Amino acid sequence: MYILYIATGLALLISLIADREKTHRAVKISVKKLLNILPAFITMLVLVSIVLYLVPDSMITALLSGRNIFSGTIIASIAGSITLMPGFIAYPLCGILLKKGVTYMVLSAFSTTLMMVGVLTFPIEKAYFGTWVTILRNLVSFGIAIAVAVATGIVFGEISL
Amino acid sequence: MNKKIISFTLAGAYVVFIAISFAAGFTPGKEIGINFFDFSWAMLKILPCAFILIGLFEVWVKKETIEKHMGENSGFVAYIWAILFAGTTVGGLYVAFPVAYTLHGKGARLSIIFTYIAASAICRVPMTIFEASFMGIKFSIIRLCVSIPLVIISSMILGAWLEKKGYKMSKGR
Repeated sequence: MYILYIATGLALLISLIADREKTHRAVKISVKKLLNILPAFITMLVLVSIVLYLVPDSMITALLSGRNIFSGTIIASIAGSITLMPGFIAYPLCGILLKKGVTYMVLSAFSTTLMMVGVLTFPIEKAYFGTWVTILRNLVSFGIAIAVAVATGIVFGEISL
Repeated sequence: MNKKIISFTLAGAYVVFIAISFAAGFTPGKEIGINFFDFSWAMLKILPCAFILIGLFEVWVKKETIEKHMGENSGFVAYIWAILFAGTTVGGLYVAFPVAYTLHGKGARLSIIFTYIAASAICRVPMTIFEASFMGIKFSIIRLCVSIPLVIISSMILGAWLEKKGYKMSKGR
């Protein structure tokens, strides 16, 4: 995270030295863009706070453990789509589930949909892309995540063709 | 206008619900409130920097540069640029959307934008290293090898189709 602060600080400093006027304009643009999208962000945060209460980590663990690989993959991909988790929480959770005997294929479905499919980020994506393109992109991403999960299952020998 | 009134009412109801929950010790409401603050805090750590960088990008990078490398006449290398650029993105999808919007405004074509968004979900370098350390390198390699070609192909199709339909991203963001 510190790299981000250092990079932003440096970029700002270099820009300021090179051209005060332009830097001033850049900051103005930043503020305007951020304010424009803020309502969508707040909507997302409200949705996230409610969904994470309804679907806590313990529930995901219960949902993914001790299941048939195919129903597990489907449930995992749905759970991954509707929740939102930063990587530093998601991967340790996947690591624990792996030790509990959950298959790679199920965890791949969960982690890939978690990253690529965003039901909760819908308000933000919609603000930029519109409803239909947002739905389309998420459906495509869901398909890709399933393909990744199936490939993972094949390579790890958990399923065979 | 009506929509605005509805959103304000809902937001107000949410705030009141959280406030009462804390005052009355209603656990579900308190947990929802804590979730809200946790996630807001995580985003506050990223969003200002991301938007400052977007602003600097907006004033310093020439439209011709992006058009040339990621525009209508750019070749396959443009996809590689999009993926490499995505590798350095922080946060997740919610940061990728405004960045993608800015890139598109500078002349990057739609298929490149979709590749960038998907890649910033799955190819972020720090995240992939983290993933590999918990799930094993084999897991990450399979994911990258399968997803990247599919992302490029699907973005090409989606981009071409939307461009043919005359799709435009919303203005004024």
